[in-house]
Amino acid sequence: MCVVPAQILNQVTLINIKDITVKYGEHIVLDKVSLDVAPGEIVTIVGPNGSGKTSLVKTIIGALTYDSGSLIIKNNLRIGYIPQRLNIDHTLPMTVQRFLNLTHRLTKDECLKALSAAGASGLLEAQMSNLSGGQFQRVLLARALQGDPEILILDEATQSLDQAGSADFYKQIESVRDKKGCAVLMISHELHVVMSASDKVICLNGHVCCSGAPEAVAIMPEYHDLFGTGTDGTLALYRHNHDHRHDNPVRSAEVSD
Amino acid sequence: MLPDFLIRATIAGLGVALIAAPLGCFVVWRRMAYFGEATAHAALLGIALSLALELPIFGGTLLAALLMAYTVSQLSGRGLASDTLLGVSAHAGLAVGLVVASFLSGVRIDLMAYLFGDILAVSISDLYTIWIGVIFVLLLIYWRWSPMLVSTLNEELAYSNGINPKKEKLILTIALAVTVAVSIKVVGLLLISALLIIPAAAARNTSSTPETMVIITALVGIISAISGLQFSYLFNTPPGPSIVCVSIAFFLFLSSKNIWKFR
Repeated sequence: MCVVPAQILNQVTLINIKDITVKYGEHIVLDKVSLDVAPGEIVTIVGPNGSGKTSLVKTIIGALTYDSGSLIIKNNLRIGYIPQRLNIDHTLPMTVQRFLNLTHRLTKDECLKALSAAGASGLLEAQMSNLSGGQFQRVLLARALQGDPEILILDEATQSLDQAGSADFYKQIESVRDKKGCAVLMISHELHVVMSASDKVICLNGHVCCSGAPEAVAIMPEYHDLFGTGTDGTLALYRHNHDHRHDNPVRSAEVSD
Repeated sequence: MLPDFLIRATIAGLGVALIAAPLGCFVVWRRMAYFGEATAHAALLGIALSLALELPIFGGTLLAALLMAYTVSQLSGRGLASDTLLGVSAHAGLAVGLVVASFLSGVRIDLMAYLFGDILAVSISDLYTIWIGVIFVLLLIYWRWSPMLVSTLNEELAYSNGINPKKEKLILTIALAVTVAVSIKVVGLLLISALLIIPAAAARNTSSTPETMVIITALVGIISAISGLQFSYLFNTPPGPSIVCVSIAFFLFLSSKNIWKFR
């Protein structure tokens, strides 16, 4: 785990959520949830299906309104967002280059650089709808990194990847954080991969069950109540040592049309 | 030398082809085909009511289309499945419009002209109305292009970039209502959806980016309008349907490669 330099942590927090409550009609989705994200910090939100993880992220980016509590976002916070699912309708033609240009104007050189940094070189002319799951996520990451974001927000960004692929993807996120110093807020099911990279874990089930450093959370009883111990005492703090790659970006040339 | 009415018809057709291109692309991308239809059908109710109340027809059409488009976009996602809701609204607009029109004794209402268009009867003042609408819609789309595109791709992505997709949807709705109102004279309300969807569908397989798709759609629309009108003049066929037929030929030709592939 990378240690965050103290002077970064001492700056203003990027996101400060206090006792936020979100309702869909009468149904309470988030119940007095509090959360802070400091610059450069990796914060992971874990929780079962329907625990309000996605609602929390939607509230942060302003797609959902909250009923009570306070949400303070740093002024003009630059967010690099990677959605849970991005279905590009088959009727919408979109090359990778055009997609990278979606919210920030880039030259061709900058696009090439962004792709190679994200491990997706050779995809510039490919249609988004023809990419494999791993290539697609890399392109999403490359786009999210444009405009020098202060925080990356990932909503179950590795759902379509296999284990090695998602481990690889999270490694990339970690190295981006180390290089650029941006904070990362992510939602995940994949505890074993995520936990080892996080500075802070929030265990969510409508309310915050427990939170803290990954090692501490992993032994908390609330955490085990939520996820069970059966499958995976081992899963929780498994440090991934993968010595081989499955998702090979070079393959891309064949896939593009 | 072409007769004047054919020149006026061509200028009107060009304008409609121009705005139908970006709007048609959005309709196809966002799967709003029925939405366009509902808006168009509501226009008939608008026409009938403005004749009954002796209001300007263009204004009544625009208002009815706007109201329908707004209502449907607000209601969608609340209970009834969206296509059911649109099916109900579209046919309600058409049926109620026809019934209201039948009550208008004393007012001569040429239903055929509204249902299938009357492009050969376009007057100079119609041309002004059409082109003011065209320029308004083109400026609106040009201004909002990028945020609209991002909202179409993914709403959360839009929010995270400080774009409000609800606002973009509303602007798109307004643009669509204006497009419907100015297109009625040209192809009639039954074929407006065809004018929106077919050129865009024809352009899909030859485009690599959203922008090239809009440009190719516009070209298909313009060529369809010009040659459809010529065809209609030479063979004495109805002009609106002739324009649509040419665009269908384009669609078949440009997607033949893919149709073969899927066999």
